[in-house]
Amino acid sequence: MTDATPMRAGSRLEKVLRSGRFAVTAELNAPDSADPEDVYRNALVLSEVCDGINATDGSGANCHMSSLGCCALLTRAGYDPVLQVACRDRNRIAIQGDLLGAAAMGVKNVMCLTGDDVSNGDQPEAKRVFDFDSVQLLRVARMMRDEGVFLSGRELTTPPKFFLGAASNPFAPPFDWRPLRLAKKIEAGADFIQTQYCFDIPRLQQFMQRVRDLGLHEKVFILVGVGPLRSDKVANFMRTKVPGVWIPDEVVDRLAKTPRKKKKAEGIKICIELIQQIREIPGVHGIHLMAYRQEETVAQIVRESGVLEHRRLDFDEPHTRRAAKHPPAGSSHQDPTAF
Amino acid sequence: MATESTLKEGRRAPGSEWLKNHPRWLETAYKFTEKLFLGMYPVLGRVGFFKRLMVPAESLTKGYLFNCQMCGQCVLHSTGMTCPMTCPKNLRNGPCGGVRANGNCEVIPDLPCVWVQAWERSQQMTLYSDEMKIIQPPVNRALHNTSSWVNMAEGVDTVLPVGWQQASGNKEASE
Repeated sequence: MTDATPMRAGSRLEKVLRSGRFAVTAELNAPDSADPEDVYRNALVLSEVCDGINATDGSGANCHMSSLGCCALLTRAGYDPVLQVACRDRNRIAIQGDLLGAAAMGVKNVMCLTGDDVSNGDQPEAKRVFDFDSVQLLRVARMMRDEGVFLSGRELTTPPKFFLGAASNPFAPPFDWRPLRLAKKIEAGADFIQTQYCFDIPRLQQFMQRVRDLGLHEKVFILVGVGPLRSDKVANFMRTKVPGVWIPDEVVDRLAKTPRKKKKAEGIKICIELIQQIREIPGVHGIHLMAYRQEETVAQIVRESGVLEHRRLDFDEPHTRRAAKHPPAGSSHQDPTAF
Repeated sequence: MATESTLKEGRRAPGSEWLKNHPRWLETAYKFTEKLFLGMYPVLGRVGFFKRLMVPAESLTKGYLFNCQMCGQCVLHSTGMTCPMTCPKNLRNGPCGGVRANGNCEVIPDLPCVWVQAWERSQQMTLYSDEMKIIQPPVNRALHNTSSWVNMAEGVDTVLPVGWQQASGNKEASE
């Protein structure tokens, strides 16, 4: 897969995936603050263990710092963020403008999402926009990159370079349609996929079987979503209140049986076990960690799961501010093929 | 939340669900009507009030059967005879990731997900079943509250943004 397709944007995430290594991305929880340090503090913890930091776009329809704002801060500090773009809040004019702005700020990875509905968030009175759906958004982002035009056909002086991502949820009905929807997203331009939380390995295996039958795993990089559960209470909240999250009873029971003080450690253990099982499934290219306001836990999970093996954890852009403080040793990282 | 049940996307008229659960009748009826309408349009279209009359006529009939939202660019036969505009997120290319484990909508918990139904119905269809795989272009919001039959006859609904056309053109050329 990696040889035939040209490098889309050359982001760290793309290089790691194309080199055939197991990639790790993690979600940065956008702060409810105007202080850049609140972004940097979280990013510093995550950057040591992951290849791409996802800046969420009003996750759960709750208002936080914008994903574009987070990404602008992150690229300034030399990180390689994944800009999440949801269709919920902006129409086609705003989205295309934001994509150009993001590219100009140095954003190379873009994740195209539908977005959680406003009724889930802190401001359910808001207007739903949904001018595009995620497939149309993907297609438009690809059009801007490959054709160098706006949707209207007006030409871009310099087209953006994006490594395009999309979401998939193998754990929500209609199960037969999910792999076909993935195919649609690949046709629309998806280069990588990040899935919803996985707590159900058999169902993921079924999904991946179908994906392999369709040959989709050779056309796209699939990163499976995982995250720690702090307690059975949190698990119950997530599976009833967070849209699209499926947690089987076994997992909740296992946490419920654990003594209160050990619940957090048990949640981490479950997560690590899941990662190790997910890693064995053919066609899976990485994991995507999501944990609401638990950056330290995410870092611990990645380290203990052993997915990074002996990979060097340096930045691959030595000219940037933060990277300059920790100059990378050796020079092989400069060459994308040798990454 | 109390306000959610009043979403216009959630309305279902009595009997309409039964009819939609038999999509083979509907697709045959559609194919027949399409031929009839396109055949007669050169004459009918010249009648001044016809185009104006089509708007309330469509709004009434399709409104009752499909809870039509009058987007003016109907894709019913490509989406399992289930109107994608009755998805509260207006998704035209398949279900979002928020579908509940029981197959209901994320936004309106009592409503079966439009796309779960669309998928099941499309599997029963024979003529247009494969059209579920087509990537639907962005909705032309300027056509809201116009007649999709008239738009189809005049070819208005297939006029796509230039950029979108360009992208499709190049893709087809490269294949």
